[in-house]
Amino acid sequence: MYGEEPLFGLLNRIGTPVEGHRPWPRYRLGRDGWLRLIEGLAGNGWSLLGLWGEPKAVHAAFREDFSGDVAVVSLDCPQGRFPSLSTVRPAANRLERAAHDLYGLVAERTTDPRPWLDHDAWGVRRPLSEQPAAPVPNPGPYTFLPVEGEGLHQIPVGPVHAGIIEPGHFRFTANGETVVRLEERLGYVHRGVEGLMQGRPAAEAAKLAARISGDSTVAHSLAFARAVEAALGVEVPARAVWLRALMAEMERIANHLGDIGAICNDAAFAFMLAQTSQLRERVLRTADACFGHRLMMDRVIPGGVATDLPERGAGLLLELVAELRKRFPPLVAIYDGKASLQDRTVTTGFVSAELVTRFGAGGHVGRASGRDQDARRSPGYAPYDGLTFEVPVLTEGDVNARVWVRIREVEQSLSLIEQIVARLPAVSRGLDHPSVALEAGRGGEGMALVESFRGEILTWVRLDGEGVVTRCHPRDPSWFQWPLLEAAIGGNIVADFPLCNKSFNCSYAGHDL
Amino acid sequence: MLKHILTSLTGGPVTEAAPAPSDPALAELAGKLDKAAKARLGRSLSIREVDAGSCNGCELEIHALNNPIYDLERFGIRFVASPRHADVLLVTGPVARNMREALVRTWEATPGPKWLVACGDCAVSGGLFAGGYACVGPVEEVLPVDLRIPGCPPRPTDLLAGLLALLETSAAR
Ligand code: SF4
Repeated sequence: MYGEEPLFGLLNRIGTPVEGHRPWPRYRLGRDGWLRLIEGLAGNGWSLLGLWGEPKAVHAAFREDFSGDVAVVSLDCPQGRFPSLSTVRPAANRLERAAHDLYGLVAERTTDPRPWLDHDAWGVRRPLSEQPAAPVPNPGPYTFLPVEGEGLHQIPVGPVHAGIIEPGHFRFTANGETVVRLEERLGYVHRGVEGLMQGRPAAEAAKLAARISGDSTVAHSLAFARAVEAALGVEVPARAVWLRALMAEMERIANHLGDIGAICNDAAFAFMLAQTSQLRERVLRTADACFGHRLMMDRVIPGGVATDLPERGAGLLLELVAELRKRFPPLVAIYDGKASLQDRTVTTGFVSAELVTRFGAGGHVGRASGRDQDARRSPGYAPYDGLTFEVPVLTEGDVNARVWVRIREVEQSLSLIEQIVARLPAVSRGLDHPSVALEAGRGGEGMALVESFRGEILTWVRLDGEGVVTRCHPRDPSWFQWPLLEAAIGGNIVADFPLCNKSFNCSYAGHDL
Repeated sequence: MLKHILTSLTGGPVTEAAPAPSDPALAELAGKLDKAAKARLGRSLSIREVDAGSCNGCELEIHALNNPIYDLERFGIRFVASPRHADVLLVTGPVARNMREALVRTWEATPGPKWLVACGDCAVSGGLFAGGYACVGPVEEVLPVDLRIPGCPPRPTDLLAGLLALLETSAAR
């Protein structure tokens, strides 16, 4: 935005750069600096990209969307307290609650101090802090926000839902059929990923990164690998860079196809799911034939990729593209022409442009509400800087717009696959595999921003001199989308919730970690 | 749309032949079911899926069983919304402690005779998540497991072969 102080301008005044953080700078702030940052945030439009804790420090990442500048800021908190960012960046709230539950860090003057990931079931409190504490004896129930008013009733749903879906709790307050408020309670699938990554060599921690959210296994592996490579200053072979993008686009198409069908299915149009699920299966089988795993799990590794494309791979991929180009458009035409379907999806689950900007929501949620952001383009990473693609952006902000963003992205990804196959660099001389070994004896801090099918992933990592992970924070795009689902369902009927929820398709596992 | 339906009707089925029931699964299930239960269940099984801390990879492949290519329902196996309607709980994930109570309550809500199938490496052994503060580990530490389908995630054909073994066992007279 014009007229704002540039990101680095303010940070250079209030903080000191930390050595060895790549590729973007990290600034250490004092408490005064942190307070000035909060003041600055109240008046500028910087996007919060993430916030994570350590035993005695808190970090946050920001981007100035206009220039694309990215930076990390850190505050040492020896007393375990820091001034909350939630008053100026509401999306910080749940991240701060998570930092509290894991590290015991207290966010002062927060908008909401309730626990988030800690459900009093771990047998320990603040498990990742220097001094984990004994559990609270006889913990009380979680307090939901109070609701008052005539004729209101509540509908509790979950954590176990009616379909083959991940677990989470939804507390609806309704007036007759209309939802007045939805409150989410998440954390049920918290597996302690961040804690498990700590103390493992990068190659092992990569396996955990691949299992943060199975549907984005390629994207999360890529974000982790890129962060590690940034920290160590490793350059991966060109062929690996392109194969990674190939897998990422395959993953994007497979998920979008599944979602488009599932959304229509939740609008009682099962035909579409029957069709798109066949196309999805086609993509997964091609992935299996090319990379040896249907979801391409553990195929992107720090240093490169674990499997090269077999000789017949290019042919299989081009066949797949040709088949999808033939079979997908007629389905799109059906979606577009079915009044009964449009009746369910148009104007349903509206999210305003103002809200997606305030929460920094990306992916189809942001782009269906006018937020023109895609990590493949800004900050951008190879090989996308050399590829031609469009980032579809719509402004209607409803379920229909989120479907259309996906449809357009499938088309773009098909073209990307074609371009990649045509230009795939040869295997580098002297390597039988498109990957390089990570040198031991070097450490550092690195960060990566990667566009998954769901939106932008941020992964931050610190490695010690032995190449062992001492702290890793993978922030799934869902963190900034879940809060908006609460807004999207307001004023809609309860029966439209599955539809709205599916149109978001946030990850529970990716969020709960 | 009409054209599409016509093509679907005349194009022949896309459904593929079923895999044989999995031998290891048959062996694991042998003797697990008494006569009375078999008579009650016949050749049909209702499954309730419970995610107890999965990464959602297993769910994606379980979903695939419902697509027209694997078409699980042709065998009389279907997914149901409530544990009260279920014969089988299909459990994924390394039992996140935050899900433990919900899992146990879902099992208790399932009427007998009932089975529990552990789906995926996480549910079978805890996978990479065993040993942390947040997960219990294998499902069998919490509930009795009748059948294990390993894999990360198991392929739809592996899932199918395992579930068919369950069906064979339950239907054998
Ligand atoms: S077995 Fe693999 S795919 Fe299944 S939940 Fe565990 S990590 Fe995910």
